[in-house]
Amino acid sequence: MYRHIKQPELLPYGKIREDLFRPLSGLTRKYLFAIIAPILVILIGGYAWATQLRYGMGVTGLQRPVFWGFYIVDFVFWIGISHAGTLISAILRLTDAGWRKPITRAAEAITVFALMIGGMFPIIHLGRAWYFYWLMPYPNSRLLWPNFRSPLLWDLTAICAYVTGSVIFLYLPLIPDMAQLAEHNTPWRAKLYHVLSLGWTGSDTEWHALERAMKLMAGIILAVAISVHTIVAWDFAMAIAPMWHSTIFGPYFVVGAIFSGLAGLMIVMAAIRKLMGLELYLTRHHFNNLAKLLLLMSILWLYFTMAEHLTVWYGNDPSEMVVFGARTRARFSTLFWLMVFVNFVVPFVLLGIRRLRNITTGVIASVGILFGMFLERYIIVVPTLSNPRLPAASSTSYAPSWVEIAITAATFAGMIVLYLIFSKLFPIIAVWEFKPHPHEDEI
Amino acid sequence: MAHRWGMAIDLDRCTGCEACVAACHAENNISISTPEQAATGRTTHWIRVDRYYEGTFPDVKVKYMPVLCQQCDEAPCEPVCPTYATYHNPEGLNVQVYNRCVGTFYCANNCPYTVRYFNWFDPVWPEPMQLQHNPDVAVRMAGVMEKCTFCIQRIKRGKDEAATAGQPVADGDIQPACVQSCPAEAMVFGDLNDPESKVSRMAESSRATRLLEELGTKPKVFYLERGR
Repeated sequence: MYRHIKQPELLPYGKIREDLFRPLSGLTRKYLFAIIAPILVILIGGYAWATQLRYGMGVTGLQRPVFWGFYIVDFVFWIGISHAGTLISAILRLTDAGWRKPITRAAEAITVFALMIGGMFPIIHLGRAWYFYWLMPYPNSRLLWPNFRSPLLWDLTAICAYVTGSVIFLYLPLIPDMAQLAEHNTPWRAKLYHVLSLGWTGSDTEWHALERAMKLMAGIILAVAISVHTIVAWDFAMAIAPMWHSTIFGPYFVVGAIFSGLAGLMIVMAAIRKLMGLELYLTRHHFNNLAKLLLLMSILWLYFTMAEHLTVWYGNDPSEMVVFGARTRARFSTLFWLMVFVNFVVPFVLLGIRRLRNITTGVIASVGILFGMFLERYIIVVPTLSNPRLPAASSTSYAPSWVEIAITAATFAGMIVLYLIFSKLFPIIAVWEFKPHPHEDEI
Repeated sequence: MAHRWGMAIDLDRCTGCEACVAACHAENNISISTPEQAATGRTTHWIRVDRYYEGTFPDVKVKYMPVLCQQCDEAPCEPVCPTYATYHNPEGLNVQVYNRCVGTFYCANNCPYTVRYFNWFDPVWPEPMQLQHNPDVAVRMAGVMEKCTFCIQRIKRGKDEAATAGQPVADGDIQPACVQSCPAEAMVFGDLNDPESKVSRMAESSRATRLLEELGTKPKVFYLERGR
């Protein structure tokens, strides 16, 4: 009966509330199947990691001189995905864009989960993962301190700050919803939401405090997000390896991160729209706007990629040209041109031509972009390491082993599981944001 | 005056016999790879002999170049290690502390000479070679990085013996295993702070050059170019 309403803001609040709280209760068979299948994949990944811990890094495909491989690619990929939430949420919140309302929480949740997953890889890729805490500055009897000149330590600092910030950023706007959920619920849920809503009563003071806190966090999280991916880029750019030592890597990586993050968000939104029956809330309008953003990022990505490669080619430095050749003409050229195809050509056609732009093509382009951005990181990491400055030390045979592939697959499964659990516990769309005048209206 | 250890390698004399490689393995308890591991790039040689080919078959010349840790004064591997597992010691050596290494691989990625080696598994030696381990050198476990130390155990012993005798360390008293075993005497080791030492004089030679010097790493290994 509400089919004719094109904007979710115009629906009656009672209906919005019911629609968005309904998916929280009851376990369907479909849901259980959807969660058990990825859990099995995670178990296989766990076994793979256990194998690696037991026998050593030799079970991976890594070899001298390719010391970084799939794990670092996974790391950059997932940290990149985490930029979905920040951009959509923080920028659109700060600019007061109205259409952001139904997608901010979905995006912020991606940020938190992608960070949890991505943050594991610096530990997984360690030769002695059980000593990862040696990177942390903690007081110890040997008076040892970590080396703050190492970009890896900047990385650790930035990611810890980002996880903390993005959890707060996700949590704050959940509070009013949880206060609502605490009423008339099953006993354990009522208790859970009551505790988590921190005694929210919905007074004017509280609303103002929440609003101020959200504005502040949006500003902070934006700065942190940009710094995080810049520092991830600096893990490479600070090294003097050919085609890593680049000044534009910081912004290049930030753009790539937002690009892949938006693609991830598009897929997640299409999935929850379908699975949770939220067609009234996530409309063509939202997908259309996201698709335009995606198109913009695709063009920006191409610009950076071109700037990076053109300067190297024109500069003609011998050691850099070896890597350049490996990327564009030799061993990695298929992957390279495939990357350009799925990251630019496909989105440009599917999202650029208005007649072709719809939810299905948006999802198709987004899947391609996720694949393309995974390839991009692979193409940045592996060709450089395969072609070190002394040609006699070069290698041509890195390929991921089953361990690396299993762990990579487990991360995607992990994302699905975390998201499914989250969507069972919390409304995936912020309900209170649809309240006509939250300041005057008591809950 | 503090020591500043350095090495000179006369490429005119090097025959590529790899005696240095074998000696280094024996001296430093370096694990021995199987053919399968070698095929997948998992060998460990703190010193290796790189080969460069000139000309086309059948008129081919092979040029040999022993490459070991260049003990850079401005070592790119050092600042990137988050745990200080690799650092600069007072004698200018680029030291690796195995027990402090967590295995981030960053040092190896940032080494322009690719002379850092990783322990992919716990080390193994074919029987009976495990019986000839050098007691002066630690055996490294899976998960840590390792590399040439300029035979720091020999340097220490040389200094101790000189101190016991109440004399300064004489030039040539300390020899890393590779230098000692080189049949062509292509390699010379000594104190670069002593202008009279053989290595200092070789470093002054007009044929002397340093590997990838243009990167500003200030290596302490000098290569004497081939005469043409």
